[in-house]
Amino acid sequence: MTTTKDSFASSVWSFFCSLKLTISLLIALAAASIIGTVIQQNASPEQYLKEYSASTVRLFDALNFFDMYHSWWFILLLYLLTVNLVACSVKRLPRDLKIRSVPTLTLDEGVEKSLSLVEHRKLSGNAASLRDKMATFLRKEFAEPLITEDKGVYHLFAQKNLYSRFGVYLLHFSIIVIFIGAMTGSYLGYKAFVSIEEGTGVSAVYKSAAHDPDMETPEQLARRTIDLGFTVRCEKFTVSYYDNGSPKEFKSILTVIDNGKTVIDKRPVIVNDPLSYKGITFYQSSYSPAGEPLFHLTVRNRKGSAPAKLSLRQGERVALPNGTLLQVLGYTEEIKSIIPQASGPAVKLALTPKTGAQQQIILLQNYPDFDSERGGDLIFAYKGLDQKWRTGLQVAKDPGVWVVWVGCALMIIGICMAFFLSHRRVWIRVESGRVTIGGTANKNQAAFRIFFYRMLEKLGKE
Amino acid sequence: MNLILFKVILGLYCAASISYLVYLAKPASFTGRLSHWLAATGFILHCAFTLFRYHEAGYTPITNMHESFSFFGLAIVGIFIAFERRYRVVILGAFVLPVALLLLIASFSFPSAILPLLPVLKSRWLLVHTTFAFSGYAAFTLAFCAAVMYLIQEHYLKYKKLGALYHKLPPLDTLDDINYHCLTIGFPLFTVAIITGAIWAETAWGSYWSWDPKETWSLITWFLYAALLHGRLTTGWRGRRAAILAIAGFIVLLFTFLGVNFFLPGLHSYK
Repeated sequence: MTTTKDSFASSVWSFFCSLKLTISLLIALAAASIIGTVIQQNASPEQYLKEYSASTVRLFDALNFFDMYHSWWFILLLYLLTVNLVACSVKRLPRDLKIRSVPTLTLDEGVEKSLSLVEHRKLSGNAASLRDKMATFLRKEFAEPLITEDKGVYHLFAQKNLYSRFGVYLLHFSIIVIFIGAMTGSYLGYKAFVSIEEGTGVSAVYKSAAHDPDMETPEQLARRTIDLGFTVRCEKFTVSYYDNGSPKEFKSILTVIDNGKTVIDKRPVIVNDPLSYKGITFYQSSYSPAGEPLFHLTVRNRKGSAPAKLSLRQGERVALPNGTLLQVLGYTEEIKSIIPQASGPAVKLALTPKTGAQQQIILLQNYPDFDSERGGDLIFAYKGLDQKWRTGLQVAKDPGVWVVWVGCALMIIGICMAFFLSHRRVWIRVESGRVTIGGTANKNQAAFRIFFYRMLEKLGKE
Repeated sequence: MNLILFKVILGLYCAASISYLVYLAKPASFTGRLSHWLAATGFILHCAFTLFRYHEAGYTPITNMHESFSFFGLAIVGIFIAFERRYRVVILGAFVLPVALLLLIASFSFPSAILPLLPVLKSRWLLVHTTFAFSGYAAFTLAFCAAVMYLIQEHYLKYKKLGALYHKLPPLDTLDDINYHCLTIGFPLFTVAIITGAIWAETAWGSYWSWDPKETWSLITWFLYAALLHGRLTTGWRGRRAAILAIAGFIVLLFTFLGVNFFLPGLHSYK
């Protein structure tokens, strides 16, 4: 009975210790991850039904393919990988610890046979003087030697980068640290969104947008509402453009008010430069117009009256003193793509005289006299527009992020130790008139071989 | 001026490719040295070209297909020259330089106009993240070339047809060593690229990891190379199997670099 239990336990242990499991898990994770890049994640049910048949949707839903990176089976693979790398480390660590605490100090016959690099040299001098000579040589060319004596034969042992053996453990440990950080974030943090109209403030943000805001019940809204505990105001939002019309910068000026006190005053937030307060970070993410823009025009009579100011919204019809109706049909911030010779903002107007056909005209803000060339009695000019904006902010609270960064730092240190350094050991056995030199490296033997023979060349010259 | 320089670089890489192929067919120390200097001169001019463009654009020139292909080619030739100097594997050039040449031709076929930088790319991480990523890609490309050479050589041995190339290609062990060595350089570089990408994503999008297609495919590539490195720890995964996996890894890598931009919409689709 006990033996079967033991053998069961040991077979479970050896299952989790095996490198085959590591490789299978890594390949399984790679293959599984593809699914989520092919099937859109976390879309609405309606969207899925548009793309797939109802039975496919049911099947994919049952397999958690619509949110697969958070599905139980994907998480299970990650847990298995964690258990696997802990088990492998536990199994291997004692061996490396022993190499550290009980180093092989003597180059006896058994050790000599296990080394691929062994050289014999005949040198003049007795054992003691050769011992001192070899010790100086190792100290100069390699590392400080440890000397032991055994029946008149001296053994010198020196090593370098012993700690590189532990890089791989640090690397594996760092993966666990990153997982812990990621789990902390997913349990204690959130991702949310909020849009704030210029000149107003909010003290709550919303987790994941509703699939259909019109259908959302107040309970559903309450469930995804997060109270910030302070107020964020958007003082101003601006977007600027390059000459070719592509966006250059999105900027929100934000103010944070906590307990009636302004704690952060008019801080500009742009993409790649978020604002953080009390562990909650606000990222510039999108923007939208708040209401219709208000256009400012001037109109003057060709016969020389002073220009009169005029403001109107898009679609609104305004009657001029002579009875002509005026309406804004459209506008652009950059006319270049339509009229390559010109640049800057422009509006398109419709003029409907009391008698006669409707006329469409374009006004350019940068060229105030442009309209006089049209030859009409009334000359218009475009002075700009007032548009209120809503800034869209991504909101994130992630108390685990620092754990993740620590994990990443450990990973970089561990990976450099594990990949770029090797534990190099050199032994020298000194007898009267002859020395035997052996060496080994736990990684990159080819480079060590070059180093070993270069070192020996120097021994010949001394 | 820029265009002329680019054509000169193309010419040099083309000459270097031919020279390395000549060396492959008939190894002589003169052609070996000539190939090396052609490639090195091309590399230096390519560096100058990239710096010039950096100066002109005001940002790391890696934001569209023209620039990315050129940068990829630069990284490959750079890593190869370092490798050639250190490990004296001249013959690898006959496989690597044509790859670099193809990348430059691809770069040439895309519009080279300098466009203003999108707000999300305005970050100091642009330089750091992409340099690590492309150096990693380059090391993996070298591993791929060594793997292809391995399979060709093995084919000759297997069928005992000691063809024209047999005596010229390095022995299987050497090719396997080069393959492994490239992986041990590429993997850390690629890991740092993913980490710097995560740091950048955290400041730009508010999340260090959001399973965006580019992120996910990088992770898939990372998983595969991690599997290959662990496979090499057991004896069965040296040689042939390792070569096949290095080639598979490279195909996935190409998809990560190109396929994602063209086929999968996401935050990284800068065409």
